[in-house]
Amino acid sequence: MTDPAFLLIQFLNGLASASNLFLIACGLSIIFGVTRIVNFAHGSFYMLGAYFAFTLADHMMPALGDAVGFWLAIPLAAVGVGLFAVLVELVLLRRIYRSHELFQLLATFGVVLIVQDLVPAVWGPEELFGPRAPGFTSFVTILGFRFPEYQLVLIAAGPLVLGALWLLFNRTRWGTLVRAATQDREMVGALGVNQAILFTGVLFLGGLLAGLAGALQLPVEPANPFMDIHVIAEAFVVTVVGGMGSVLGAFLAALIIAELQAFGILVFPEVTLVLPFLVMALVLVWRPWGLLGRPEAATGHGFAGDRPLRPLGTPGQLAAAALIVVLLLLPLVLGDYAEKLALEVFVFALFAFSLNFIMGAGGMVSFGHAAYFGLGAYGAALAVKQLGLAMLPALVAAPLLAGLGALAFGWFVVRLSGVYLAMLTLAFAQIAWSTAFQWVELTGGDNGMIGIWPSAWASNVTVYYYLTLLLCGAATAFLWRASFAPFGYTLRAGRDSPLRCDAIGIDVKRHQWLGFALAGTCAGIAGGVFVFSKGNVDPGALSIPTSVDGLVMVLLGGIQTLTGPLLGAAAFHLLEAYVLPLTDYWRALVGLVILLLVVAFPQGLAGFLRDLIERRGASA
Amino acid sequence: MTAVLEVEGLHKTFGGLVAVEAASFSVEAGRLFAIIGPNGAGKSTCFNMVGGQLRPDRGAVRLAGRDITGEPPRRIWRLGVGRTFQVAAAFGSMTVAENVQMAFLSHRRRIRALLPPARRLYREEALAVLDRVGMAGQADRQCGQLAYGDIKRVELAVALAHRPKLLLMDEPTAGMAPRERVELMALTAGIVRESGISVLFTEHDMDVVFAHADRLLVLDRGRMVAEGTPAEVRDNPEVQRIYLGGAGAEAALRQIEARQGTRGEARP
Repeated sequence: MTDPAFLLIQFLNGLASASNLFLIACGLSIIFGVTRIVNFAHGSFYMLGAYFAFTLADHMMPALGDAVGFWLAIPLAAVGVGLFAVLVELVLLRRIYRSHELFQLLATFGVVLIVQDLVPAVWGPEELFGPRAPGFTSFVTILGFRFPEYQLVLIAAGPLVLGALWLLFNRTRWGTLVRAATQDREMVGALGVNQAILFTGVLFLGGLLAGLAGALQLPVEPANPFMDIHVIAEAFVVTVVGGMGSVLGAFLAALIIAELQAFGILVFPEVTLVLPFLVMALVLVWRPWGLLGRPEAATGHGFAGDRPLRPLGTPGQLAAAALIVVLLLLPLVLGDYAEKLALEVFVFALFAFSLNFIMGAGGMVSFGHAAYFGLGAYGAALAVKQLGLAMLPALVAAPLLAGLGALAFGWFVVRLSGVYLAMLTLAFAQIAWSTAFQWVELTGGDNGMIGIWPSAWASNVTVYYYLTLLLCGAATAFLWRASFAPFGYTLRAGRDSPLRCDAIGIDVKRHQWLGFALAGTCAGIAGGVFVFSKGNVDPGALSIPTSVDGLVMVLLGGIQTLTGPLLGAAAFHLLEAYVLPLTDYWRALVGLVILLLVVAFPQGLAGFLRDLIERRGASA
Repeated sequence: MTAVLEVEGLHKTFGGLVAVEAASFSVEAGRLFAIIGPNGAGKSTCFNMVGGQLRPDRGAVRLAGRDITGEPPRRIWRLGVGRTFQVAAAFGSMTVAENVQMAFLSHRRRIRALLPPARRLYREEALAVLDRVGMAGQADRQCGQLAYGDIKRVELAVALAHRPKLLLMDEPTAGMAPRERVELMALTAGIVRESGISVLFTEHDMDVVFAHADRLLVLDRGRMVAEGTPAEVRDNPEVQRIYLGGAGAEAALRQIEARQGTRGEARP
C-alpha cells in the first residue's frame, strides 16, 4: 500500500482527473466571471461533447482513417458544443441577465432537464463505448507499473489549456475585454463594448472547453445519459473552491480535489463521494470567496414584487375555512389512489412552504432543501428499521434528525450569501445524498429501505390521510403564523438590510441560522410522513432533482406570496401524477415549464392572480 | 456638564496609512457635535470606530462613562446609540410603521416570538415616533416606494425609537436636494433640543455644519487640526489654510457668513 511507485501511479491518475475537472470548471468559471450566471447546463455541455465526439468519430474514422478521423472528431465535437452554448445564450440567457440569481440557476437547470431527455431520444439509453485514441492505445512502464499512454495525454491537456487561456486573456484584445468584464461589467459596458457579442463569445468559449473535456473523456469512459449531473456537482465544487471567475483558481482547486480523491480512495474508500463537498464547505468557511476569488458585491436584483405582508382579509379567511372543510370531507368522495395523491400534495405543500420560508422571507436561495426532507425520511425509516420503533416515535425522529442536520449545515450556510450560499446548500445536500448512497450497511445504499408501513391503527388510507392533513397542516399553519410574527419579520429585515439590522441590535446571522433550522425541521416532518405513505425510502429523496422540484413548486406558485408555494405544490404534484405516466419526456416538459416561468411569469401563479385582482380593483 | 461621549486618543492605521491619529473629543448632553474635514481626512474612520463598525488600534471610546471600545454595533445600540447611514438603510419591503416597529421589537427583545402578529406590536409607539419626524401620515406606505428624503426621515425615526442617549449621523444630508437638507437638519436639531439627546455627525455641507453644530472637530489627513465652537474654528488660521486653501479663503468664509446671516433670520 505504501509502495512509493504505486503512490506515484496514483498521483498520476489524480493528475489526469484533475485535467478533466479543470477543463469543465474553467469554462464554468469564465462564464460566471463575465455573465454572473452559474451555469447548471455546463454538465450537459460536457455530456454533449462526449456524444458529439462519438458520432463524429463513428463517421469520420472509416472515411478519413483512424488517426485523422479521431483527432479531427475531438475538436469538431468541442466546436459543436460551443455552438450549442451560443444557441442557449441567444435563446435563453440573454433574457435573464437582469433576473434574480434563483431564476438564472433554475433556468439553466431547465436546460439540463431538456438535454437529459433529448440525449436518450437521439442516441438511445445505453452506454456508448467510444474508440480508443489512435496513437495512444498502449501502456508505458513507470517504476514497474503499467500506465496507459492516453492518461498522459489527459495529464498534458490541463496545463496546455491553461497556457492557451493565459495567452488568450493576456495577449488578445478579446481576452483583455473578458478580463475587464470579469472585474467590472458595468464599466466595460460604459466604455462602449458590445456586451451582447462579448457574452455570446464567452458562452462559446465555455461550451467549447466543456465539450472538449467530454470528447477527450470518450476513450476512457463510455458516453452515458448520467454524465451531466455527476460531473456538474464536482465542477461546481472546483469552481467555488478556486474562486468563481478565476481560471488559475479552478486549476489549483481541480488539482487539490482530484489528488485528495486519488489518495482518499486508498485510505477510506467510503469517503470519496463526500470528500469534494467537505473540502468545499471547509474552504468556504475559511475563505468565503474561494482560494483565488474576490469578494462578490451583492447583486441587488430583488424578487419581482417584494411588498409588505398583508394578513388574509375576510374573503381570504373564508376561503381558507372553506378549503379546510373541503379537505376534511374529501375522503368521502375520493378513492384510495386519489386519497393517497391528495395526502402527497399535503406533504409537498409543506416541503415547498418551508423552502419559501427561508427563500422568500429569509432571502436564502437553497438548492439543497431536499437534504432536510430526505433526512426526515431517513430519520423515520432508520427509527423503524434499525431501532425497531413504532410509527409515532419514528415520526418524532424525522424532524429531529432533519432539524439537527439543518442546525449543523445551517451554521456554515448563513456565513455566505447569494450564489455562494446556494452552492453551499447544494454541497451539503450532496454530502447527505452521498452518505445515504454509500453507507450501505446502515441505509441500504442505492436500494434504500423498504417495508416501512404505518402502525396497524393508521394502515387504512383514510386514517393516514387525516393524520397527514393534521401533521402537515399544523406545521404549515405554524410556519404561516411565524411569517407574520416578529420571527418572520426579522428574517425579512435581515434580507432587506443587514446593515440596518446590525444598527438596531439584531444579529442577522444567528436569526438566519434559527430560520434555516426551523425550515429544515418542518421539511423533515414532510419527509417522515412521506416515507410511511410510500413504504420505502431511497437516496432520490435527498437528490438534486428533489431539491429542484421544490424550487419549481415555489416558482410555479409564486415566490414572495404565502399561498404560492401551496398552490404550486398542488399543481406540480398533480401534473406529475397525471402526465408522467403518459410521456417519456416528463423531464423535458418540466424543463420547458421552468423556462416559460422564468422568462414570462417570474411572479408565478399566485403572483399573477394577485396582480390581476389588483388591476381589476384599480380599474373598478 | 457631563459628557455623553468621550473619545480619547483614537488611533487607526490601514496597512501603512495612518487614517486617524490620536483623536480626542467629547460630546456633551444635548449638543450637536460635527466632524468635518476634506476628503480622506479620517472622518468616516473616526465615526465608524465610535459606532463599532471598525475596531481602533489604540484609544478608548466611553459612553456615559462606560467603556465601549471595540464592542460590536449591536451591543453599542443596546447601550443607547442610534445611527443613520450615509446611504439610507431601511427595510424596503416593509411599511414605514413596520420599519420603526422592528426597532421596538428588537429593543424589547421580542424578535424571536413565533406566534403574535408583528404588525400589531408597538404600533402606537411607532406612530408616536413617526409623528415627531413628520411621517405619521405615510405610516402605511411601503418604505421602498418613498422619496429619498422621506426614507431619511424614516431612518431617523428608527434611530430615535429606543430613546438613545447619542445619535450618530454619517453625512445625514448626502444625496438630498438642498431644500430637503435644510428641513432634515432643522428637524434633527429641534428633536435634539427638546429631548436632550446628543448628536455626533459628519458633514460635507458647510452650511449645514455652521447652522447647527454646537462644536466642531476638524480633521486633516488623520490629524486633529482644531476643535471648538463654530466661531473659534472659523477663526482658526490653520483651518482656513487647509480647508479653504490660501487666497480664496477669505471670500469663501464671507460668503458662508452672509448665507448664515439670512438663514439665521429665517429660523424660528
